[in-house]
This record gives sequence, C-alpha cells and structure tokens, in this order.
Amino acid sequence: MSYEEDIRQETVERFSFLKESFRIVRPRRLTLDVAYEKFSEIFDYLVHQGKFSILCAITGTDEGEGLGFIYHLAQESGVTLNLKTRVPKSNPVIQTITGVFPGAEIYEREIVDLFGAKVQGLRQGNRYPLTDDWPADEHPLRKDWKPANGSGKEM
Amino acid sequence: MHDSHEHEHEFKIPLGPQHPALKEPENFSIALKGEKIMGVDIRLGYNHRGIEKACEERTFLQDVYLIERVCGICSHSHSSAYVQAVEEIAGLSVPRRALYIRTLIGELERVHSHFLWLGVAGHEIGFDTLLMYTWRDREIVMDLLAQLTGNRVNYGINTIGGVRRDISPEQGKDIIAAMAILEERTKYYIQIATEETSIIKRLSGVGMISGQDAVRLGAVGPTARASGVNRDIRREDPYAAYAELDFNVITDDHGDVYGRTVVRLKELLESFKIIRQVVAKIPDGPITVRAPRKIPAGEALSRYEAPRGEDVHYVRSNGGEKPERVKVRAPTLANIQTVKHMLRDRFLADMPIVIAAIDPCFSCTDRLVGIRHLDNHKKETLSWESLRSFSLGWHRARGFDISVAEKKLHNLMEH
Repeated sequence: MSYEEDIRQETVERFSFLKESFRIVRPRRLTLDVAYEKFSEIFDYLVHQGKFSILCAITGTDEGEGLGFIYHLAQESGVTLNLKTRVPKSNPVIQTITGVFPGAEIYEREIVDLFGAKVQGLRQGNRYPLTDDWPADEHPLRKDWKPANGSGKEM
Repeated sequence: MHDSHEHEHEFKIPLGPQHPALKEPENFSIALKGEKIMGVDIRLGYNHRGIEKACEERTFLQDVYLIERVCGICSHSHSSAYVQAVEEIAGLSVPRRALYIRTLIGELERVHSHFLWLGVAGHEIGFDTLLMYTWRDREIVMDLLAQLTGNRVNYGINTIGGVRRDISPEQGKDIIAAMAILEERTKYYIQIATEETSIIKRLSGVGMISGQDAVRLGAVGPTARASGVNRDIRREDPYAAYAELDFNVITDDHGDVYGRTVVRLKELLESFKIIRQVVAKIPDGPITVRAPRKIPAGEALSRYEAPRGEDVHYVRSNGGEKPERVKVRAPTLANIQTVKHMLRDRFLADMPIVIAAIDPCFSCTDRLVGIRHLDNHKKETLSWESLRSFSLGWHRARGFDISVAEKKLHNLMEH
C-alpha cells in the first residue's frame, strides 16, 4: 500500500465520515472536503498528528451561494493535501489559523479583502492587498464583481 | 526628567511604500529607540494588479503570458508553475525533452537571480566592486537566456503541453562553455565570502532567525535553508526533470545574512551541476504535445522551487476555455513575514541588508524615508541613498570597512 493510502486510511479510521471525501488525486496529491463544523477538529488532527506541518497557501473560491476555502497543507515528505471547506456567503465566518501558523496572517487578510470572508481571531493590522480607501463591501474575486460595476470603472 | 529624555529618542519611521522599480513595493513602519529597532509594521499590496481576476477573463493559453509577468526576475518560475497545473488538469503527458528544457531555463534563471542578489547585497553593505563584478558576470547568463529563448526576461519558453523552442547541440556547447566561466567566478566569490574578515564580520549575526522561527513563520527557499531548514521543492515534490537529476540541497546553520549569502553561493554550484547534467542527458524527441483549447473540469496544485523559494499555483477549470480560478502564492509573500522578526532589536543601519537578504528584488533608488519626531511632530526626509550612506558610515566607525575586501577582490580577479 502506498504512503498516500496509509495517510488516507489512518485519517478515515479516526474520522469515518471522511471516507467519501478523502481522495488520492495522484502521487503526493490528496484532497479532502469537510463541513465547516468539523473543520477545526480535522485541521488540528492533520497538522499535529498527520504531520502536515507546512502551510503552502490559502485559496479562496466563489462557490455561488457559498465561499470556498482551500488550505494547501504539505508534509516534509512532499505529500500535499488540499483541505477544502465552505461557508455561506450570507454569513462567511471562519476562525483564524494564525494560532497554529502565524505566517497565515497575510493569507487570511487576502481572503478577507478579495472574497469578503470574516476571519475571527485575526489580530488588528493593515489590510492586504487592497488600498485603504477601497469600499468595504466590494470583493474583487467574487464572480459577481466586474471592474465595470465596481470601483474600477475607469479601468 | 530621565523618562522624557528617553522619549525624545523615539522615532517612528515609515520606509516606502512606492518604488516603481520594485516588483513588490512595500511599506515598513519602524519604531526606533535611538539606533535600535523596537518593532516593525509591514504594509503590502501596493503593487496588487488584480492578475488573478484578469486570468479568469482570459483563455488558459493567454494566461501563460499574463502569469509570466507576475515577476520580472523569476518569470519562468511562475509560467512553469502555472502550465504544470493546467497540464495536470488536462491530463497531458509533456514530452521529456520539454521537461529538460524547462529545467535548463529554470536553473539559468536561478543563476542570474542569485548573481543579481549577490550584487545587490554587495551594494547594500558598501562593497560596490562586488556589485560591478557579479553584474558583469550575470551578463553571461543573460546573453545565454537571450540566445536560447529570444528574451533576456519573460522568456516565453513555456506553453501548455511543452516548450516553444528547442535547443541545438551547438547551443549545448555554448551553455557548457558559459558554465565553466561562471563556476570559476562563483568559486572566487565563495572564497571572498568565506575568507574575507570584513564581509564575515559585517554579515554575521545580522538579521538572525532560528530554524524553528523560520518554520513557524513559513519561510521558504534560501531564507529558510540558511537557518538549517532542509527543504527544497525540487527534491520533495519533484517536477520537470528534477527526479532524474543529481543535486544537493544546500543548507547552513548560521541563520543570518551571512548564512543566506553562503547558501545562495553554494546553490549556484549545484545549479551548474544540474545544467551540465541536462545538457548531457537531454532525451531526443518532440518538445510539445497538442493541448486542447478547452481544459476539462478539474483542479491542480503546482509547486515550484523558484530562486527565492517555493512558488505555489492553484488552478481550477470548469471545462471551458477560461480558468475558473487561478491562485498564485509567490515566495516573497511567505518570506516577508520573517523580516519583522529579523529586524527586532537590530540597528537601523542593518535595515538595508536585512531587507535585501530575503531577496525581495531590491534594485533602484528614489525610495524615501520620512522621519517624524514623535514628540514635536517635526518632519524630515531621508532618501534611500542617505540611509545607505548612514549605514556605511555607522559601520565604518565601528571598524567594518569593506574597502579592504574591495582591494582583495580586485587582486583576485586580476590574477
């Protein structure tokens, strides 16, 4: 059995409800979808017991009714896991992961600005990457935002 | 009385933000007490161009050219990371010859980038002879890149499914000849960096970060490896032809600017080794496979060891001819967070070299430093040039005169 299958099996043994959503895409690439209620429990398990000690990036996605977040986690072995979760756009609240990865601060600010996520527990600080006078309700990477109907009219 | 006297020496110094020559303009707001840096606040985003949004409005193929322009130094890193992701989604099997050519251009890019960095680092500590020599040597690799790809920067070699230009056996000979010269030069620079006392003294203990903190803050590339973090995407998550090539991952335990210099210099030798292997082992065959205009629905995460560290791209397709989402995490975004840590309790005079040492592409002038006296709100302006000469003078007064090293390098290069 491959190393990737071992990781999958160990995780599924612990969290049986992940059986369907934990997939091996190719060698060194895993993907896992979790409901947000279960996110922090599974995230903590993967980081601390699952040896996914590296955070490569956080990707935000517009999923229509919801906002998707992909936490790209990696092991030193090179195995990389896309841990995906989703929250409704009507209440896009997620908890910060800066307690585990202090370096995630800038990635979280990015999804706040570009997708309008509300990250609880993120310390006060400069916004990133939009300008200080950018309207608070405009999030350029949401699909309904177009340069023509947003602040970027002159573009 | 004593308290107010201390307060008089507290400054808040904003450094930046706008600098047209930087690929990532940034603003450092520095709290100073006397010469000592008490804290640093960083504001990024001044160069946010909305490339990720723009990618969603263009075709997969157009995006190759857009993505290549994320950065002017590691343009090949970004285009490679992007095409790798698209090829994975489309299930394309890229010809091996194309993978070797991508590896070759990637390593030549690392060579020019590290030479560029060494010159900038030399300049920031007042060692301008090093800048002149390294940038002259860098022209060898720039000419080579122009010969191989048609361009000095933004090579345009990548396309979805392979590369756009082949290399001839004659070009292979030119590459080998250039590597011999560059290797000899690099050995000189290693000798200078490891034997010359004034360099060692000037760079040692400056911009310290422990391996543990580097990992905790998510540092990547030479910045992490100089703190003993043995990580390199080329080995951990091999792409292009790296799985078939022999090279070492260079680490160093100094954890300071000196360590970062040594790591980059020794990495150059590994790059020459990789380039020679590519030229010797490059398989025959086609350089591209036909890619569909519409990319099937799917997603892929691509990782690439750029000269500054791990470059991460995520691409998602909905089955159309334009991507649903393109995400780019450039290495500087991961490394900039360590600067705060490196500068704490250091001296203002060390700022230029500490910031330069993570290699954020620090090149030209006209960056202003405004000084505001916290107590009387008096404003002054200090140009980057004055900050640099203040730094040089400050260290010269403490016995770090780099002119000795300048003379030594002159002698070495002339004999």
